[in-house]
Amino acid sequence: MNFFQIIDQLAAVDPDVLDRFDSRRAVFSSLGSAAKRSALAATPLFLGALFQKAYAGTKSTPVDVLNYALTLELLEADFYRLFLAAGTLPNAAATAAITQIKKHEDAHVALLTRTIQAAGGTPVTGTATSGIRFKPSAFPSTYAGQLQVAQLLEDTGVRAYKGRAAELVGTTLLTTALQIHSVEARHAAHIRVMRGQRPWVSNTDDVATNPTYTSGVTGTPSTQVTTPGGAFGIPAYTKASPAENNTIQVNLPLTTALATTYDAADVAAAFDEYLQPAEVVDASRAGGLLA
Amino acid sequence: MSDQSHLPAWREQSLGRRLFLQVSAASAASAALVVAGCSSSTPTPAADTNQIALPQGNKGLLYYAYLLALAKSTTYQKVVDSPPGDLPAAERAIFADMRDHEVVHRETLKYLIDPTRATALFPADFAFSLTRFTLTSRAGVLAAALQLEDLAAAAYPVILPFFNSTNAYARALLLKMSTVLARHAATVRDLLTPGSFANGTVVDASGQLITKTPTEVLTALAPFWTPYVLSITCPDTSPSSDPGLCTANG
Repeated sequence: MNFFQIIDQLAAVDPDVLDRFDSRRAVFSSLGSAAKRSALAATPLFLGALFQKAYAGTKSTPVDVLNYALTLELLEADFYRLFLAAGTLPNAAATAAITQIKKHEDAHVALLTRTIQAAGGTPVTGTATSGIRFKPSAFPSTYAGQLQVAQLLEDTGVRAYKGRAAELVGTTLLTTALQIHSVEARHAAHIRVMRGQRPWVSNTDDVATNPTYTSGVTGTPSTQVTTPGGAFGIPAYTKASPAENNTIQVNLPLTTALATTYDAADVAAAFDEYLQPAEVVDASRAGGLLA
Repeated sequence: MSDQSHLPAWREQSLGRRLFLQVSAASAASAALVVAGCSSSTPTPAADTNQIALPQGNKGLLYYAYLLALAKSTTYQKVVDSPPGDLPAAERAIFADMRDHEVVHRETLKYLIDPTRATALFPADFAFSLTRFTLTSRAGVLAAALQLEDLAAAAYPVILPFFNSTNAYARALLLKMSTVLARHAATVRDLLTPGSFANGTVVDASGQLITKTPTEVLTALAPFWTPYVLSITCPDTSPSSDPGLCTANG
């Protein structure tokens, strides 16, 4: 039984496998003497324990995943409620766009709430005055500021759904989540154009350095998210996700690995990156906007 | 690690440790053979040489995504090379960006299908025909882009769930591409009809994108591949709880 071959095969399926173990070297050095190493490594028991450790806490229940999505949708829906009520929208086209987007976020809240109930779970809740809602003190006073928050929320939503898709594989919920995910991207594109930005995430964006487009956490990650509208579990945070300016996909540096060379900015813009839940609920991103 | 070790016939045998290790090695080897067998498949020309059946399973889905990227990159390259006079500079820049994204997608998918680039994916004269589009006016360019982008955006949420666990890598890549395509679609919609980025034509009352099956998408694109006729067998690895998603309309 070739131990390294197993790891390599696993790496083909799960690109992060090597990061789940401390490192190849560390795995072995932790085993002590050479004889002990070879003997242990050959036993299925050793492998089982190793993988159990590496993959512990990497999965939540589908209800946890949906409650996480619902939290973000409630936050967005409440933000657009405040946006429409602020009276800053400059023209009919802008009002129509924000109204349309708000309608979708409300529909997503209703859809996810129904789906969680159908799965026997308890949905998180929020209203204009209680539970999960947008932090009033974080709501900008100007139209430009409000539109910028809208862009950050939508782009975060795109990255957040992407980060949970793998956990829903094999359930009908995946298609539902992907259909919502795709609509969030359409919202993001429109709001970006309203702001005079490119519709896709670009290194030249005015807010390119905002944590929405980078990765990592500022606080101490937990596997439990507790909000005034309910609590749910999230997978353990492992390491920073790729930032939006990432140019490496499927382990290939796409700028140079293909038949022709490509510009780093074009390669980065061609892919939207995921964020893990611990990164999304971090105070530097959506977590900081919750009341 | 391998499905074989879970078959009842294997479970009934009481295996000594030595035998277990032999069996594990053998099943790992046979699993590798199965994987190798899958990955060597290329589009098989049927009796009629113009018929091209995409390989079954996950590989076919990669070809399907590749064809969508090929269609769009061909169209946008033409727009960038000879833009209609009434297409403003700002919109030309949008088409240049979309061309760049589509070319990167196309080449990355091509690599995933055949890392060695040794075999041609399709016959030498296989191409996406632009003769049905009117790429000499802004309206014609936007109409063409709208058709292709809405199709591609509607295609992705359907195929992503069909990637099985051994192809999680490919699924993650296509997932990252899917929202860039959604951004393209919204942008082109807005250029054609301001404010139509996510209207009732493409998003339903639950706020979900309206999707299209591979059969619907290939049917819509069929005239563009003439004389070649493409067919896709819907994935053989459909999630058990999600039957008929792909085959419902074909």
